[in-house]
Amino acid sequence: MRISTGTIRLVIPAASLALLLAAVFYMQPRAMSYTGLNLLFNLAVPIALATVAQMLIMAVNDLDLSMGAFVSFCACVTATFLQASPAIGVLIFLGAIAAYAVIGVVIHVRELPSIVVTLGMSFVWGGLAVLMLPSPGGEAPGWARWLMTSRPPFVPMAIVASIVIALVTHFVIMRSSVGVLIRGVGGNVRSVERAGWSVIRIRAGTYALAGFFAVLSGIALVGLTTSADANIALRYTLLSIAGVILGGGEFVGGKVSPIGAVIGALTLTLAGSFLSFMRISPDWQIGAQGVILIVVLALRLLLNRLEKREKTR
Amino acid sequence: MSGMRLLFSKPWIWSFAATITVWIVTVLFTGGASSLGLSQAALTFAAFSVIVGLGQMFVITLGPGNIDLSVPATMTLSGTLALKLMDVQDSMIVVGLLVSILLGLAIGIGNYVLIKLLRIPPIIATLSMSFVIQSTAIWTNRGLRIKPPEILASFTTSNLLGIPNIAIVALILSVIAWVLLEKTIYGRWISAIGQSTFAARMTGIPVDGTRLVTYILCAVLASICGYLLASFSGGAALNMGSEYLLMSIAVVVIGGTAVAGGNSNIPGIWGASLFMFLVVSMLNTYGFGAGFRLILTGLIIIAVILLAGGRQANR
Repeated sequence: MRISTGTIRLVIPAASLALLLAAVFYMQPRAMSYTGLNLLFNLAVPIALATVAQMLIMAVNDLDLSMGAFVSFCACVTATFLQASPAIGVLIFLGAIAAYAVIGVVIHVRELPSIVVTLGMSFVWGGLAVLMLPSPGGEAPGWARWLMTSRPPFVPMAIVASIVIALVTHFVIMRSSVGVLIRGVGGNVRSVERAGWSVIRIRAGTYALAGFFAVLSGIALVGLTTSADANIALRYTLLSIAGVILGGGEFVGGKVSPIGAVIGALTLTLAGSFLSFMRISPDWQIGAQGVILIVVLALRLLLNRLEKREKTR
Repeated sequence: MSGMRLLFSKPWIWSFAATITVWIVTVLFTGGASSLGLSQAALTFAAFSVIVGLGQMFVITLGPGNIDLSVPATMTLSGTLALKLMDVQDSMIVVGLLVSILLGLAIGIGNYVLIKLLRIPPIIATLSMSFVIQSTAIWTNRGLRIKPPEILASFTTSNLLGIPNIAIVALILSVIAWVLLEKTIYGRWISAIGQSTFAARMTGIPVDGTRLVTYILCAVLASICGYLLASFSGGAALNMGSEYLLMSIAVVVIGGTAVAGGNSNIPGIWGASLFMFLVVSMLNTYGFGAGFRLILTGLIIIAVILLAGGRQANR
């Protein structure tokens, strides 16, 4: 039986998630329950959405360093405008998504480095968030709260949401013609262009789609935390990049995996819980997260080597 | 006439033009009263950005994907360790500096070992490394804030002929970096690697050795900066490096170094560092709140990049 390289790409992220989960269950058997799983993975939903957004940007060979600031901005909009007057909130979100499309166009037309433009944008989003909520506060819209805290039968909401996100994005990125174009721009811009497609439109669309997922991430985050502040999601920038890489994505070449990205986000979230179960001193928790990242990547290298050896045989 | 054209074809001229404009606008607002104080403050704070910017510039020159995200953590750990070791004794100043440099050396090697052995993209490798470094810094920083030795503290905060000592240190480091970049074989090598790693390898350039040295250089400069910053601000703080992550990248790029690698530029880092500080102080002088200040800073960065990018497109 032949296994596609796409499946092999998924093996390591899935295996590391399973391993971490097993370790957590071993240390804290009570986590092996509905409530336990929900608590473990609750915060994974917004991170998974942000990771998917980052993955889209990385699929066209760019990198979004404003992801954390933008999700914070969206969280602030959710906790203020979307809650008080939904129409204005939705308009702001549409404007923000349009802004993402414009950023994509600007980066493409002027051939600017995405890192720098998004770096500048991170200041802009951060500033807007501070203007809206100078101090932590706001309130989650009732429906967002209801959605994030609902308790579907048998499987906790966090897991259901993660599976839905993974399947929807898998369909959009890996199975639809739009997804092929997006990955095509990352793989070989010239051939996409020569085939008669407008690369500028694809890039604008990709950025808009990424903006849309980031908006969802902000809403989901506020649904969980019930209030927002301007710095609520700043760490998402690095978390989302790490999630994509953990999930088997690459920085260049349009090689991404939506299911992998969601698994990567889950792994990162679980790593946090794992460390607190390990009773590692809080001093070393960040460091241990770094070590976990390194170990998973080392495992991936090992698997890639095996894969190559199989091929040459 | 041709002199003017030559001047305008230099990529760093734009950051200096922007700096001078912002300086004039700020000084005008205060009626010229603040010109000396503002210039000295700008030189001091720009100097820290310049020192980390130089290291980041060498790394960015190596080509796409090369960025050192461990700069802030390295600064914090170096500042914390050095102050703890010196323990307010003037006799330990040199030892403290040596320890910071050794620390930078170790972190640089660690970064490159991860990049090379695990084939991890530099962004992720230096990010994971920075988590570990940050944890070590938290662990060492236990307890009270330790003051820097008297002589070191007064050295970092005083002036020589009106120019802040820190700025002089940064200038000396910049000159060394310029000589390294423009006059030595090492400088040629990193540019060549940045333009095409494959071609560089084919011509027999020791690519791995050169990249290793570059990551070490960046980490050492970051530690020196952390050492100086901790002494300047009267003690190390755990978040003291955090703003220098974006800053080190921003000054390099605004200064006219190509993000795609292979083309770097040291005067531009000075222009960009002064510019970044002056923009913030201009917005402060005009009484903007934190939110507007951030938005305008971001828009100005993008505007500068748009202008600079257009210049390349016209060529």
